[in-house]
Amino acid sequence: MSLRRVEPLVWLTFSGGGVAAATLLPVLTFLFALAFPLGWIDPPDHAHLAAVLHNPLTFLVLMGAFTPMLVHAAHRFRYTLYDGLQVKHRALVAAVCYGSALVGVFVALQMLGSAT
Amino acid sequence: MSADLGTGLAYQRKMPVWWWLRKRSYFLFVMRELSSIFIAWLVLYLLLFVRAVAHGPAAYDDYLDWAASPVLVVVNVVAFAFVLLHTFTWFQLTPKAMVLAVRGHRVPPWAIIGVQYVGLGAMSAFIAWLVLS
Repeated sequence: MSLRRVEPLVWLTFSGGGVAAATLLPVLTFLFALAFPLGWIDPPDHAHLAAVLHNPLTFLVLMGAFTPMLVHAAHRFRYTLYDGLQVKHRALVAAVCYGSALVGVFVALQMLGSAT
Repeated sequence: MSADLGTGLAYQRKMPVWWWLRKRSYFLFVMRELSSIFIAWLVLYLLLFVRAVAHGPAAYDDYLDWAASPVLVVVNVVAFAFVLLHTFTWFQLTPKAMVLAVRGHRVPPWAIIGVQYVGLGAMSAFIAWLVLS
């Protein structure tokens, strides 16, 4: 597949990841990264969270959200390096950014797959 | 963010690395772009959380203790601020990127932005209910 054909798909996934991050991450971050660890809200029982994770829908939703989020992050960071920090090694930057996203997707698949 | 248009122009004006510190709008632009790092971090953080839950009650408790360590709290407070910046700027950007028309009349930008905040509220309420019920 040529670069001209891949580029629109990357932009589409970037947009999907942007929407997913904008709608899901505020509440997930607030609950799991701040409120539960800091005791602002009593964390749920382990059994309850495990039951939620064992539902196949949870796997589909999390995988369907995390994959475009990782592509979104890679795509945006690629242009941050180009435009913001004026890094001109375009091929290397693209390989590192999208390669990291790909590794992230495999890690997500493995972690979510073994948890659900 | 700008796409590479592939114009093939030979001359490109050199920009200093710190050009984005010159104006507030430039700084906010780069901060918005840097939210990408924190989105990737939070995906990783949530995956580790899932793994801890999968490993049993002791691993879950250990993870909550680790997440309450000062370094991680600082990182996650900063990440939360960047996520809010991402959400705000993404919703503001949507009506510029997507022009909607209903019966020949353009949907005003405030309506598109408002619908997104309603969606954010509904999604947040559903997740909170699912996790806390």
